[in-house]
Amino acid sequence: MNIRNVGLILNRELKSYVSSFTVYIVIIMFLLMTGYFFYNLTATFSIVSYQAQSDPMLAKQYQLLNINETVIRPLFGTIGIILLLMTPLLTMRLLAEEKKTGTIELLLTFPINDVDVVLGKYLACLVVVLTMILLTVTYSILLVTFGEPEVVPIGTGYLGLVLLGASAISLGLFTSSLTENQIVSASISFAMLFFFWLISYSAPLVSAGMGRFLSYLSINEHIESMSKGVVDSEDIIYYLCFIVLFLFLTLRSLETKRWR
Amino acid sequence: MIEVENLTKEYGEFRAVDNISFTVEKGEILGFLGPNGAGKTTVMRILTCFFPPTKGKAIVAGYNCFEDSLNVRRRIGYLPQRVPLYEDMKVNDYLRFVAAIKGAPAKEVNRKAAKVMDDCGLSDVSNKLISAISGGYRQRVGIAQALVNDPEVLILDEPTVGLDPKQIKEIRNLIKELAGRHTVILSTHILPEVSILCGRVIIINKGKVVAVDRPENLATESAQRMLLRINGNVQMIEQELSRVSGIQGVEREQASGDTNGFIVVLEDEKQGRQGIQAMIERNRFELVEMRTMEVSLEDIFIKLVTKEEA
Ligand SMILES: Nc1ncnc2c1ncn2[C@@H]1O[C@H](COP(=O)(O)OP(=O)(O)OP(=O)(O)O)[C@@H](O)[C@H]1O
Ligand SMILES: [Mg+2]
Repeated sequence: MNIRNVGLILNRELKSYVSSFTVYIVIIMFLLMTGYFFYNLTATFSIVSYQAQSDPMLAKQYQLLNINETVIRPLFGTIGIILLLMTPLLTMRLLAEEKKTGTIELLLTFPINDVDVVLGKYLACLVVVLTMILLTVTYSILLVTFGEPEVVPIGTGYLGLVLLGASAISLGLFTSSLTENQIVSASISFAMLFFFWLISYSAPLVSAGMGRFLSYLSINEHIESMSKGVVDSEDIIYYLCFIVLFLFLTLRSLETKRWR
Repeated sequence: MIEVENLTKEYGEFRAVDNISFTVEKGEILGFLGPNGAGKTTVMRILTCFFPPTKGKAIVAGYNCFEDSLNVRRRIGYLPQRVPLYEDMKVNDYLRFVAAIKGAPAKEVNRKAAKVMDDCGLSDVSNKLISAISGGYRQRVGIAQALVNDPEVLILDEPTVGLDPKQIKEIRNLIKELAGRHTVILSTHILPEVSILCGRVIIINKGKVVAVDRPENLATESAQRMLLRINGNVQMIEQELSRVSGIQGVEREQASGDTNGFIVVLEDEKQGRQGIQAMIERNRFELVEMRTMEVSLEDIFIKLVTKEEA
């Protein structure tokens, strides 16, 4: 690995993102969708809080009146899912486009290691996703300004979102290395991400041990506890393994390209 | 500088390159000639470490393309046939990127990109997006990125395709200037280009080497041909011609008016010429024109390739 080469690839990819139309569409769609959920959650919360002032029965249901429980936790869950929907659109071009246009022939004959190529591309996409996540910080600022939420779960929730996004990019980069068709790459990404999302749904159907294992495999389960303010090393390890695994598979896939 | 030994490349069952061996000396320009699908691009892709051979080995600048690929890649400049470039970049940004990735120190990147733009006549378009420049300029950007950082070995896959005659001349001059300091392999379909540029040609067909020689030797080796224009009775002339000794064959050639045209393939040049002269005097034919035909590389090429197939 050579930091300078990673930087060069990263820089080029970022410029290419900035000059492409897709990125802006993705960011706008992301903000519209998350903004819509944010509005719904806060509106519901304020109505419930307002009614609780005149309804003593409602006022006793602390759960409903806890902004962390009723707004922040569902908000992070939703942002996470929307992130899973958006990242394949960002990752699909990373390697598939190079193969389609043939630029991979020059890229792979430049004197740089495959690792540098993979990391540079990965980090470029990560920068875009971090920007998207950063834009949602406005929602939290509004909540902190006008409400009194606990701040720690917000911080850990963002950590969870970043790890989730970073994992989805790693998987997307891998599917982009499999084909020269961007649509195919995005489709495989969607399928695999949904698999890792929904796998915990079959947990109740199997034995308890197996169920726990399936839940552990699920990409969303881990963000759940983080948005409650609990950072478990298990969750961090899950995401890190996920990222490293798919980066490694991408590398192997590039190497086998050399073999054909 | 380049050593290729028993190189074989198979795509699945299909053998695209079949047991090819050749060497290229330092400073030489080697022409790679062959019809479509001969395997030129495949050999070049192996030499540039894009993929490894199925069998055999390739050594470039002292390093094995498969085992020591990074060291090979540091020493080559490659122009792929399709000229794949990043369309969303400006010409100068792209060349700076390539210079940096090929290891130019940060301070030198601008200078190196500027020099290569100058050499390839790209200064006018340096601020344009690659997607917005014409095909000929694209080709030049492709050549420029191969030349940046002065690599020891240049591998150019059909470098003059799509250029106008003036540009072709400029690029050929550029390549000619490279000889001596750089080792160049270039592939082409344009045969005169080979005689102009290359010290040596390798002709390949269906993955096999058909001939290796200097372009001028290839020309002299093949049979001499002569064009004759004679007035008179066609059948008679043809009959008389075919009796002349030292002649391999006679073909009719289009001619205007009363004149009949013939192309004669000579076996023995002197004997044939004298025989024809004597025959014309004897029969009192009227000779209008008689000249030896320039043997073009096209003829040799077609002959070698068809001989192989026969
Ligand atoms: N990726 C591939 N998979 C399968 N077959 C291939 C592949 N690339 C090339 N071939 C086949 O290998 C043979 C040699 O191809 P190559 O591109 O080396 O020819 P070439 O001499 O460069 O031809 P041209 O003059 O048309 O560029 C062709 O028959 C081609 O169909
Ligand atoms: Mg070719």
